[in-house]
Amino acid sequence: MKTSDISQLIKRASTLRARIIETSSKTGTPHLGSCLSCVDILTALYFSVLRIDPTNHRDPSRDRCILSKGHGAMGLFHVLAERGFYSLSRLDNYGEDGGVFAEHPPTPDHLAGIEAATGSLGHGLPIGLGMALASRINRNEYNVYTVLGDGECNEGSVWEAAMLAAAQEVKNLCVIIDFNKWQATGRSQEVMALDPLVEKWHAFGWNAVEVNGHDFEELLAALSKFPNENNKPTAIIAHTVKGKGASFMEDDNNWHYRIPTPEEVIKAKIELGVPL
Amino acid sequence: MRNAFAEEMTRIATTDKRVVVLSGDIGNKLFEKVKLVDDRRFYNCGIAEANMMGVAAGMALSGLRPFVYTITPFTTTRCFEQIRVDVCYHHAPVVIVGTGSGLSYSELGPTHHSLEDMAIIRTLPGMRVIAPCDALELRTILHEVLKDDIPTYIRIGKKGEPDIHKSAPNLKLGEVNIIRPGKDITLLCAGNMMADTLRAAGILESNGVSAEVVSFHTVKPLDDNYLRQASTRFKMIVTIEEHSRIGGLGSAVAEWRMAQNKNIVQMSFGTDDEFMHEVGSQTYARKKFGLTSENITSKILSALS
Repeated sequence: MKTSDISQLIKRASTLRARIIETSSKTGTPHLGSCLSCVDILTALYFSVLRIDPTNHRDPSRDRCILSKGHGAMGLFHVLAERGFYSLSRLDNYGEDGGVFAEHPPTPDHLAGIEAATGSLGHGLPIGLGMALASRINRNEYNVYTVLGDGECNEGSVWEAAMLAAAQEVKNLCVIIDFNKWQATGRSQEVMALDPLVEKWHAFGWNAVEVNGHDFEELLAALSKFPNENNKPTAIIAHTVKGKGASFMEDDNNWHYRIPTPEEVIKAKIELGVPL
Repeated sequence: MRNAFAEEMTRIATTDKRVVVLSGDIGNKLFEKVKLVDDRRFYNCGIAEANMMGVAAGMALSGLRPFVYTITPFTTTRCFEQIRVDVCYHHAPVVIVGTGSGLSYSELGPTHHSLEDMAIIRTLPGMRVIAPCDALELRTILHEVLKDDIPTYIRIGKKGEPDIHKSAPNLKLGEVNIIRPGKDITLLCAGNMMADTLRAAGILESNGVSAEVVSFHTVKPLDDNYLRQASTRFKMIVTIEEHSRIGGLGSAVAEWRMAQNKNIVQMSFGTDDEFMHEVGSQTYARKKFGLTSENITSKILSALS
């Protein structure tokens, strides 16, 4: 990929981060740290990888992307608006009664661009596996991407899906772990024995690589090797920083629930280099 | 019923390319013929029911019509949240089939009993709940559920249940199947208690009570039309099911009566609010819970007297 394209992605991700922080502040929506850690992953997918057409969002041949860590919805909503699934102004009624934008993604019938309503953890990968198998059954070639949190890997259903995907050689299924090292109440490695995460996915029969989840070149290089000709599904363990983009939020788990003040929004925007 | 299920699914899979069968590490031999139709349309998903339900929802959201099949507790209570979120919240047209329901696997103990499945599944918005009375009713139902896109739960027995019908009956989901007309009371049976229900009607007849016998195969949505007629035509409505009296057909009918403000007398026969700690056959278990034609008729006759 050209340097100018990478610069575009970086710029876009900064704009998205600023919008997400602003939405959190205005609407009191939590999980900001979790949204910010996966912005670069979502930006890489939606602006460089996914074969999707917002004007034909039910195209049976489209690639599917599921944000399995549904509490990152605020990030996804902004990414989908930026990608053209709906206008950015629709997010003006974020969190209002009767709307669709809140803390978790609604069902696909209620918002274009959404492939699965997540929020209860451990659901996105099994659903994605079903969609990936449907590609085989329907003889309709597409890829399925699911973005999981590291805390989400506590759920047994993740590993059930991992084993079935490997047994069925579902090579068109890609997991990207937003490995920000935190879950709601503490370090993910301390709550459950998560490490060694890359080796775990290897042991479950997947291609597994680790990348810097904030480095577009590394992310895109890993994504370009999927689907792999060895017929295994692919797991990309993306090392990320919770709250990435605003120095005073980074790696501080208080931002799992904290809401930024208007002053903090300005401070973050200055750091991100976006217009106030 | 399970052999009829496998046979009918093979037939359906041959003509309906949307159909996929997912099993939780049972029935591999049972579904050999489905695999022969198309090996991409049968998946043994292992002993991992939460994932299996999510996989089915993902397939249904991609235009397929998956049937999920395993022993009832494991395809209902084990993965209830996946049914709630992945299937019902998405209104994904998955057909969930619980085999060996009720006390069919009595000898295997309470881990394999399913006496709460209809109670919990019935609470899920948009979910249809079906309990066929025999293998022939099941065969028709398997075709009927593919005529719309409604998530559906079907509870079936295991094998060797007596056939009530001589051939696959014509029936509509949501409309009762009247097995034997009657005038005084109506016996509503959901599922595999039909042979005993018919026996009970025979005993009642010899005691001067004309009992209608109905296969109430669709427990949700209830046949509102029939219940309206029944509440004026009969002195009593009786529900019979191999399921807890909490939350099954009996409860559904009681909820209906309350909502409609109908004061017709109702008697409900089902299992007690307890686990069965002693070992016993299905016959033993039914007797323990009073699910015999003799007990049912004696209770009805004493209520009528």
